[in-house]
Amino acid sequence: MAMVAARKMRRRILVSSIVLREGAFGNATGLSCRECGHVQDLGPYYACPECFGPLEISYNFPAVTRESIERGPRNIWRYKELLPVPADIEESPNLEPGFTRLLKAKNLGQTLGIDNLWVKDDSTNPTHSFKDRVVACALSAAREFHSKVFACPSTGNLANAVAAAGARAGIKTVVFIPSNLEQGKQVNSAVYTDSLVAVEGNYDDVNKLASEIAGEEDGWAFVNVNVRPFYAEGSKTLGYEIAEQLGWRLPDQVVIPVASGSQLTKVDKAFQELIKLGLVEDKPYRIFGAQATGCSPVSTAFKAGHDAIRPVKPDTIAKSLAIGNPADGIYVLDICRRTGGAIEDVTDDEVRQGVLLLARTEGIFTETAGGTSIAVLKKLVETGQLDPALETVVINTGMGLKTIEAISDHVGVAATIRPSYDAFAESGVV
Amino acid sequence: MTVTVRVPTILRTYTGGVSEVAARGTTLAETIDDLEANYPGVRSRILDDTGELRRFVNVYVGNEDVRFLKGLRTPTGDGAHVSIIPAVAGGA
Repeated sequence: MAMVAARKMRRRILVSSIVLREGAFGNATGLSCRECGHVQDLGPYYACPECFGPLEISYNFPAVTRESIERGPRNIWRYKELLPVPADIEESPNLEPGFTRLLKAKNLGQTLGIDNLWVKDDSTNPTHSFKDRVVACALSAAREFHSKVFACPSTGNLANAVAAAGARAGIKTVVFIPSNLEQGKQVNSAVYTDSLVAVEGNYDDVNKLASEIAGEEDGWAFVNVNVRPFYAEGSKTLGYEIAEQLGWRLPDQVVIPVASGSQLTKVDKAFQELIKLGLVEDKPYRIFGAQATGCSPVSTAFKAGHDAIRPVKPDTIAKSLAIGNPADGIYVLDICRRTGGAIEDVTDDEVRQGVLLLARTEGIFTETAGGTSIAVLKKLVETGQLDPALETVVINTGMGLKTIEAISDHVGVAATIRPSYDAFAESGVV
Repeated sequence: MTVTVRVPTILRTYTGGVSEVAARGTTLAETIDDLEANYPGVRSRILDDTGELRRFVNVYVGNEDVRFLKGLRTPTGDGAHVSIIPAVAGGA
């Protein structure tokens, strides 16, 4: 108790006075509240002091051309002028994520009856999920704010990405996870850090704890709490890459998994920025959100025609989507309605079937979040909500080896035989 | 009924920089009224014009989000801990 009291007293005395270097955040100009529009200077802030609304980074973009981007490195820093990072970002040690493959999914398309289907495969990032993108932007912010600890509450993928990026950058990392997380995700974090903390509770409990710690400890950069506006911008690069890899044009339809909803909102932001910068043709596109039924507050609100999200207690195998109180949920509703898309949800059995379907048609082993996206894609086609004649991209956000427990009881050896040709011939495998 | 209230960074301008304050109230609504009496301005940051919790504020009594309890009518017994936290989240 004495230790806790001493820490609180120290917190009262500490006053953060951060001196930022010129160009620390590139072309970013400030933080504006998405709810009330209140504007404040760039800093380690994440909630509006007027209304608690989330903060969004504003920019003054220079002239950017397709050619200038194409001359850049084959990672997210090719878009550095559109991100809140300094011009010399490539000189600081980081995981250099992004520019992952966009695969033409002919077999999956044929199976689902979609003529022109692509998979944006973010399982090929350094720690095997899209989180490497957002963490790279958060790491840059942490560096510019002179943070001494790089931390996060996480459902697993983020923990992996933070621990690895922190190791490479040489900054102390502390990562907090729900104690019931899949073993693969635990090991994939613990291998990079000796400060993995398992919290007895679900993700929302872990998140609450992280918010409290962020308020008490000076010099901590919680990637998705107090540097969240910078972190979230990293997801824009998914949208930039999809457009560039399609030959500088926007797809007709995109299917994106929804946990907090941040990624979906940032892909939309990326598309809008590319249109404004004249890098792609201004054309209609439809954005679809994917949730697991066991944690589907946004899908439920969409179907009911509500503008507000009612929080839920998550109960699904898609743990990386298990956020019961999604901060960006209302913006996801706005975007899916504005673009003529939809939000759907699928059962855990359908999630497993989605994992298997992608593996057996395209050779991609996705985690349960990706299984959710594939299963929702299937459902959207079957229910007539997604037009199978239009060009469609589905985002695979992570790697199946991390959530092997979800699928291990549903796949296995077809036969166990003696080592002889006769035994093989009799097995009926082929 | 003495209640301990954890104050988020963005409200500490009202509490002189203090991160934890004491308040009195048998419900969350009464506790917020008492906070307002001692730290004027706090209530309008937590509640909107209609007197409801702002959309991006999460309030917990103990470890439970009051939206899963009785909202502003949630009891705050003697020794209760109330946490006011901006609604942020990670995930995809």
